[in-house]
Amino acid sequence: MTQLHEATITADPKVPIIRIERDFNATPAQLLRAHTDPDLFVQWIGPNGLDTRIDYFDARTGGSFRFVQRHGDHEFGFHGSFHEVSADRIVQTFTFEGQPDGVALETLWFEDLGDGRTRLHSQSLTDSFEGRDAWLRSGMEVGVNEGYAKLDALVAAGAV
Amino acid sequence: MAADLLSPVFAALADPTRRDLVARLSLGDASVGELAKPYDVSVQAVSKHLKVLEQAGLVTRTGPGHRSQVHLRIETFDLVTDWLERYRRQAEARYRRLDAVLAAMDDAETASSQSTEERTS
Repeated sequence: MTQLHEATITADPKVPIIRIERDFNATPAQLLRAHTDPDLFVQWIGPNGLDTRIDYFDARTGGSFRFVQRHGDHEFGFHGSFHEVSADRIVQTFTFEGQPDGVALETLWFEDLGDGRTRLHSQSLTDSFEGRDAWLRSGMEVGVNEGYAKLDALVAAGAV
Repeated sequence: MAADLLSPVFAALADPTRRDLVARLSLGDASVGELAKPYDVSVQAVSKHLKVLEQAGLVTRTGPGHRSQVHLRIETFDLVTDWLERYRRQAEARYRRLDAVLAAMDDAETASSQSTEERTS
């Protein structure tokens, strides 16, 4: 198996954008399916240790989605609209219901690298720098510590 | 606390002149007068930029006026880097789960295409 590079992240200093890139041993079509088939999406969106339940998920241009993650007694809801779903691009809005006034515009590109490999480009544009920073915080609140503990354990065990 | 520190940092770094000031200060402390020299602007204008950087916790100033020394606060940059790194690790953990889903998809597709071949042959 080809050695994968870890995800890279950049926070644009001029506009409230966060960009993430990651290579996968998969075709663009497979990545598209993993993002648009709710049965597959629910398996990886995570975080680890949280149950993710799909409320609705209609991944086509003009469709919408909502999913809920349970953390102990707390539930975190996320919803948005699919602005565009095509073979190599998904454009969608994304709201964390803990901050219901905030909305991010997310664009995902699947860049075909050949040999069954694809680079995922993800860009999240928030409505303000404050919104972006709140977004960074919210991501961390949602059970992320459990995720790190699990990852750290894997690293310690030499599994990754 | 960390939450309130981040926004002014990103806002302060949104300006190209301030980013340039930060880049030069990363090489070492400098006076306001020295920092103003390469620019076609007044010491007062540079001083205004430095004030924004100071309020964001990115620099400290010691001494009076244009001879005051400006010092970059590395710990504030560490804070930003730390937040981004934690966010990155969260994304990486998510994408490792996606790796597993994609790998399982491969097997399923191979199995189904094989059975299709068996049926058609």
